[in-house]
Amino acid sequence: MTLSKRIIPCLDVDNGRVVKGIKFRGVKDAGDPVELAKKYSDQGADELVFLDITASRQDREIMKSVVKNVASVIDIPFTVGGGIRTLSDARQILLNGADKVSINTASVKNPQLVTDLMKIFGRQCVVVAIDVKRNFKTDEKQTMSSPDKDFYFEVMIYGGSKGTGIDAIQWAKKVEELGAGEILLTSVDSDGTKNGYDIELTNTICNSVRIPVIASGGCGSSEHMFEVFNKTDVDAVLAASIFHYDNLTLDKVKRYLAEKGIKTRL
Amino acid sequence: MTKIAIFDFGAGNLFNLHQSLLRNGAHAVDIVRTLKGLENYNGLVLPGVGNFDSAISSIQNDAASLNMAVENAMPILGICLGLEMLFDKSEEGILDGLKLLDGEVLMLPKRKVKVPHIGWNNLIIVNRESNLLKGIPQNSWVYFVHSYHIEPKDQNLIAAIADYGSELPVVIERSNLFGTQFHPEKSGKIGAQIMKNFIKFCEKNE
Repeated sequence: MTLSKRIIPCLDVDNGRVVKGIKFRGVKDAGDPVELAKKYSDQGADELVFLDITASRQDREIMKSVVKNVASVIDIPFTVGGGIRTLSDARQILLNGADKVSINTASVKNPQLVTDLMKIFGRQCVVVAIDVKRNFKTDEKQTMSSPDKDFYFEVMIYGGSKGTGIDAIQWAKKVEELGAGEILLTSVDSDGTKNGYDIELTNTICNSVRIPVIASGGCGSSEHMFEVFNKTDVDAVLAASIFHYDNLTLDKVKRYLAEKGIKTRL
Repeated sequence: MTKIAIFDFGAGNLFNLHQSLLRNGAHAVDIVRTLKGLENYNGLVLPGVGNFDSAISSIQNDAASLNMAVENAMPILGICLGLEMLFDKSEEGILDGLKLLDGEVLMLPKRKVKVPHIGWNNLIIVNRESNLLKGIPQNSWVYFVHSYHIEPKDQNLIAAIADYGSELPVVIERSNLFGTQFHPEKSGKIGAQIMKNFIKFCEKNE
């Protein structure tokens, strides 16, 4: 099997600008989405993810034109998530040029949406984003997937701010059944820390499902990417800030990974 | 002036494909919901989004126009689902395929590999004479997103394969009829070259 591991820059978009938050809080301007998309695509990004973090539903109209402008300049796949609650939200995004939609809170609130999206647009269009945080108050939870641990992986919604009491392992299996084509797995514990991906979480989820998993949260260097590819079966990694500020370019990262024996598209 | 039609199954994103054709040499690209009037175009693309039965239903009424286009040697490119539809039947649906090519469409082996097959994989070119793959280096990376794959009866159709659990036929070519299991419109520079090759072929049909 010769599938390459995918390196996916993620752009958090707020009111038409790329921003970067830390631990889901506090944002910093990082540039124009179309310019960044073109730059990453030219540098060898395997895919792009846009997360619309615009607060008001009204302002979200801006995202449609961002999607369209991005789709006009790149020839790699891209996913759009954030605030997609209904079939019609998803359709709007796809018609404007996105290849996949990513749904998060809406999948928890209305799991049927995952199935509906899969039936209409195909499984490959449906990315379910799962934000996960370790919850040590295990008494809250009756059925734990890992009873040997003193915590469980809890699914978080509303941008990582609200717990659901749902066990992430069971949820990952459930969304696969419902029709998800991929899981975008973000560790809320690691996000923004730049201390590396959450290996334990990534491994646990990769071992629980058969659909591709994208690891997200915590990347601060190419070593972190190597670590997660080396220690887990993850298919792709998502990273934002390391690419936004020219610390590292995609071609450098990919050459480094290739030297370490990770199959990348060069 | 090279004018290309994209048939719309009504299932979503054709914007990328539209842009890609324009970026790679087509002078005009129309998204059409009927194949009547196809004689006004130099080529036809059957896109790769949607689901087998709904796509077949949407094109069924135009089957005669499609058959005529094939007979008149109009260049046709089927992408992903658009390729799968050309065959007799698919495990994804219950309706008959377009039966322009002999063979069937099967689900990828779930026990062996992750399904869908999403990501960049190497193209192993088996027909070096292929018009569609002119100038494409062996082992080029192309982008796949699919859960089903084709099994053509005639092995001579196969221009390239890819290794995913087994050797999957991923490019087919029979005179004016082309198909790719991957998405050239999403495959970076390599995909762009494939689009250019198709459009050049359409130019000759002018």
